[in-house]
Amino acid sequence: MGTGPLLLLATLEGTVMAAVLALAAVGLSLSFGVMRVVNVAHGEFFMLGAVLAWAVAQAVPSAPLGFVAALVICPVLVGALAYAIDAGLLRRLKHDPEATIVATIGLSYILQQGALSLFGPDARPVEAPFTLRLQLPWFGYSGYKLFVVVAAALVLLAVWWVMTRSRAGLVMRATQIDRATARAFGINVDRVYAGTFALGAGLAAVAAVLIVPIQQAHYLMGHDPLLLSFIVVIIGGLGSIRGTLIAALVIGLADGILSMLYPPTLAKIFATLAVALVLVFRPQGLFGARP
Amino acid sequence: MKTLPRRSVLTGLAAGSALALGGLPRFVQAQSAAPIKLGFQLHRTGIGAAYGRWYERTAQAALALVNAQGGINGRPVEILFEDDGTDPKRGAEVVEKLTTQHGCDLIFGPLFSHVVIGSAPRAGELKVPYLVCSEGYHVASGMLNRWTLQPGITDVRAQVSSMAPWVTQTLGKRVTMVFPDYAFGHDHRDFFTEAVKAQGGEVIAQIAVPPTETSFTRYFPQIPAETEVLYHVMVGPAVLTFVKELGEFYGSGDRPQIFGFIDSLEAVDLAAPGLEFLEGTYFWEAHNRVKQADAPEWEATYRAAVGVDDNGASVSDARDVATYSHMFSVWETLFTIKKGMEAAGYQSPADRQKFVEALEAMTTFDAGLDHVQGAKVFNGKTHQVFGSQFISKVEGGKLMRVHQTSIADGQYPDAVDYTAQSF
Repeated sequence: MGTGPLLLLATLEGTVMAAVLALAAVGLSLSFGVMRVVNVAHGEFFMLGAVLAWAVAQAVPSAPLGFVAALVICPVLVGALAYAIDAGLLRRLKHDPEATIVATIGLSYILQQGALSLFGPDARPVEAPFTLRLQLPWFGYSGYKLFVVVAAALVLLAVWWVMTRSRAGLVMRATQIDRATARAFGINVDRVYAGTFALGAGLAAVAAVLIVPIQQAHYLMGHDPLLLSFIVVIIGGLGSIRGTLIAALVIGLADGILSMLYPPTLAKIFATLAVALVLVFRPQGLFGARP
Repeated sequence: MKTLPRRSVLTGLAAGSALALGGLPRFVQAQSAAPIKLGFQLHRTGIGAAYGRWYERTAQAALALVNAQGGINGRPVEILFEDDGTDPKRGAEVVEKLTTQHGCDLIFGPLFSHVVIGSAPRAGELKVPYLVCSEGYHVASGMLNRWTLQPGITDVRAQVSSMAPWVTQTLGKRVTMVFPDYAFGHDHRDFFTEAVKAQGGEVIAQIAVPPTETSFTRYFPQIPAETEVLYHVMVGPAVLTFVKELGEFYGSGDRPQIFGFIDSLEAVDLAAPGLEFLEGTYFWEAHNRVKQADAPEWEATYRAAVGVDDNGASVSDARDVATYSHMFSVWETLFTIKKGMEAAGYQSPADRQKFVEALEAMTTFDAGLDHVQGAKVFNGKTHQVFGSQFISKVEGGKLMRVHQTSIADGQYPDAVDYTAQSF
């Protein structure tokens, strides 16, 4: 394969990765930005979205319908669970940064083992809503993967709109900037927190539903997205959505291209090195505000 | 207090024991009627879960048959299953737990080579027979110990070297290999490369993929354009993604001949969407998933016992496809355990050494309901069994056998003599 086609394939793969990563990482970034909660269970919300997508697709007989149903139902279910977890667990810890880290570590185990007990240890496939293969002169490519990029971009656009143009976004930003003042202005901070946590988990679930027709749903699949999401959020700047998106694009594309041209381990080394450098030279992240 | 007359106590005792014996008439001749306890190291969760599910079913089916035939040495047999999470560290703990806590007579059943390699040393320290169903060359290579044996399934070295002549002569001589980057994959890499070379062919690229990988498209551009045969073997929960992405990559364009290990598709339905491109490609199978026209008479009995239909899926759920080319090893290992314990006159864990020596003395296993995959030759020195391999072609979405190797095709010089090692 010539360099041109190779780079094209690498860019395609990198873009798909960046899109999914951006969705997952924005969720993590939101809960950190607004709530100052480092959600270690974020990857398990992603996993839960994927496993539930399989369960929903099983219950709906036709393949395109099953996928659409999963795309609508799973983020809502996962979001609702996250809402309940915030109300029942994190609020009781007063959203204390250290306590919530420990709590979400425990939560991640509970979610993982819960999925194992309820859905079993097997990798579960979900059929893509359509099968379209693009046959390029040098290689074939899945049309569904391109759909993932478009869908992720649309969802991210919606998140951006909500955060910058809607009343809910205004309230969330107000809470992020100053919790006490927001409360003084009559904002129900508890509800904002629970809503943000639910939104973050829901976004991870959207990413997962989009990815299951490519990968399979599996109870151990939450680990990698969690790690990469953290890398993206740290590089982008904790709490900055713009930074998260740009970092997701950089890390996704770098991973796609580096792992195509060199051994894939090198791509992981690059991502980890990038985090280290950012932490040393710009601890607040590329777009984060200095605390 | 009223004392019981001695006579009625004795009568009651006699009646009671008669009743107990009457319930288990087949086991009366045994010196001890206590069950023989076999420990099963099971990949119930983790990346080997699909295998674990079928290994457990196969073990239960074989156990039912062994007990129906009168157990072992006239004693009933029971199996204690313990999950190792397909994790080497937990594997060693499971060996310990089954031996010291549950008092199992021996341990069998693990498949994944990293678990076997991680657990076997503990079995050796505890001096408990450890019968693996793993395919790895680690047993016959001399890497493990006298307590570890593989009497139920052939190893990768034998598999690949016996099939290399057919692959190079029928499909092509310039081969690219894609394999998982750990012990099992390295056995493939080392011995298939060597065997292809011996046939005048050449492995032109070796592409190692981490076994936990979830996305594979990035590896495919490394396949050189001049490749005549693409040899693939993959394991873990992402195998379906692997074959699907391979199909997407080649699409309707030119592609080399494809020869895969069925491991890349164990527990996966060949009719899954996206796998149409596999039509006309070849697979190694140890035991034909689809019941062949010339299947031996016991094949139907075995399939019924383990609950597999003629297409290789569960009789209760057609989407639940068996790990058919591996699970027979559990069945055959249990019947070999029975033979070994009976030859050794096994009574208690004190006889473990005698049991290993009895197995080492075995040379051949005839095909039959106890050795469903076919006849085998056992090498007591290397603790490894040898048998036939099958090559199947996907025709009309079904795996149909096109070639069968002889047992001798897979045999190679001994690398170790475990019988010379101390217990």
